[in-house]
Amino acid sequence: MTTDAQASRIVRDAFSRHPLSWIDALPWVAVAGLYFAAGTYLPLGTQVMIAIIFALALDLALGFGGIATLGHAAFFGLGAYAAGLYALDISTEPISGLVAAGLVGGIGGLIAGPLVLRTRGLTLVMLTLAVATLLHELANSFKSVTGGADGLFGYKIAPVFGIFSFDLAGRTAYWYGAAVMAVVFFLCKALVNSPFGLAVRGIRENQVRMRMLGVPVISRLVMLYAISGALAAVAGGLSAQVTKLVGLDSLTFTLSGNVLVMLILGGTGSLYGAFLGATLFVVLSDRAAAVDPFNWLFAVGIVLILAVRYAPQGLVGLIEQLAARAGWGRGRA
Amino acid sequence: MKLTATALALMVDGVAYAMILFLMSVGLTITLGVMRIANLAHCGFAMIGGYLGFMLVSKAGFGVILALIVSAAGTMVLGAALERTVYRWVYTTGELGQILMTIGLAFVMIASVNLVYGNDMHALPLPSSLTENMNFGAVSISAYRIFIIVVSTVIAGVLWAILEYTDYGARLRAAVDNPRMARCVGIDVPRMFSATFAGGCGLAGAAGFLGSPFLPLEPFYALEYLVPILMVVAVGGLGSLKGSFLAALLLGVVDTLGRYYVPALGAFVIYLAVCALLLWRPQGVFARGGA
Repeated sequence: MTTDAQASRIVRDAFSRHPLSWIDALPWVAVAGLYFAAGTYLPLGTQVMIAIIFALALDLALGFGGIATLGHAAFFGLGAYAAGLYALDISTEPISGLVAAGLVGGIGGLIAGPLVLRTRGLTLVMLTLAVATLLHELANSFKSVTGGADGLFGYKIAPVFGIFSFDLAGRTAYWYGAAVMAVVFFLCKALVNSPFGLAVRGIRENQVRMRMLGVPVISRLVMLYAISGALAAVAGGLSAQVTKLVGLDSLTFTLSGNVLVMLILGGTGSLYGAFLGATLFVVLSDRAAAVDPFNWLFAVGIVLILAVRYAPQGLVGLIEQLAARAGWGRGRA
Repeated sequence: MKLTATALALMVDGVAYAMILFLMSVGLTITLGVMRIANLAHCGFAMIGGYLGFMLVSKAGFGVILALIVSAAGTMVLGAALERTVYRWVYTTGELGQILMTIGLAFVMIASVNLVYGNDMHALPLPSSLTENMNFGAVSISAYRIFIIVVSTVIAGVLWAILEYTDYGARLRAAVDNPRMARCVGIDVPRMFSATFAGGCGLAGAAGFLGSPFLPLEPFYALEYLVPILMVVAVGGLGSLKGSFLAALLLGVVDTLGRYYVPALGAFVIYLAVCALLLWRPQGVFARGGA
């Protein structure tokens, strides 16, 4: 039974605005601070930012639109291959390369969306998985374009704005990644606060009711899916430009699963979860994988089970609860 | 003549693969049909059955048939134990939570298997009577493929007889068709489901054992073959054993023929086929009542 108070809280949670607050400054303070503290771990910082962008993209689809997908690596991979091929064949200019990657991802979302989003539940999950696996096989088969198992490599990326060339220590890559992350984050923020963002959150809560209110449910979801796909592709493109290598692993089920784990650990539907989850996951997996990848998998498995059971709102949810208990912050709980 | 001989040998390969897929998918489709649980750890049970059988044959010197029975029973016990514990949590969460929890469980299985057996590939050491090729005129067919087809047909036949002719089978069919109505007429659906879950795990274990000569055992087995059995279940229609059987045959044969005749496309053919089939009929091609 839901009481009136509970019901109004649910509604408030579902449609609360996500205004800019002092919290939004934290990631950028951290980015600036880490630049001086990270030393040789600077490239890892860039990897974290790529993962955050990817997780933000997934949060749009999953956290705000309620689209359960097991195949978001499809878009990451599309973007990575697009950026790699763009650098090889068209131009080595980085920013237009990212735009191209985003466009390819968005078009991919517009094509796959109408097919996938007609279905619900397990069929939807299966189709997202099948589409991603399909792309993986395609990339594996068309070796003349994608390089097959060897991947794409040997391309150069021109300096950003023609000034900042990519250095071996990864300083330019770090700031470049931070800038892209900032653009993506504020885009997401604007999107979830827009009427469009409210409409997709409504669809997440109750599709039937939204349809009765006259909202074109499927086309709204397709639009969201395409935007999410475009941003995931930007993450992939960024990865391709920074590491100067695109492999088949950018399309795997493992990658789709990892980004989902990051987002779930961090918390869905708040955009902040992507920052917390991706940072924790990438840093810990880097350390643990160096020691023993299988123990890491064991830990991820256990944490995943416990997190779904005891912290369905992820780290963001836990922090909000603590904040509410301490009696400060917005105290949503 | 040569062409038909190859085609025939390929068909046998395809059917053997299909039977393995079918045995693996039985538990999954019933779980989905009755309890609406997407159990992504299901393939892990097949892996565990395979490793158990491998241990029994190579270390303890069991015969193949005895090892098959023991490893299926072992997997069944493990399935029952997990159903009583971890899966109680899985039942109470939403769709996404179920997917995440069972993936987490699959990760734990992968890591545990690696801890015990390392990450080398293992295959069942077969007695020489099963490794030879049988010659029928121009056609040469691996004896083990025939063995798989015979054994799994027997298992499938027993399964069919249980479902069709026993009281338990009638109750299970009622529960799959309409769980709420089945409860209303006094069928203890949760308890029956526990038993069925364990049975499904046992069948998956048997399939993991039988299939190990061509689906080699390694820690990532649990995720590697999850995709094909999920496809079988989705195409077959949730909860439909007959659907799973037909879908397994279709996918197993198409995949085997596709890989042989259009090697450039590799596994691409099968994924394209599944996407097309699911878009045509989202409820599963062989589901009753269609789309």
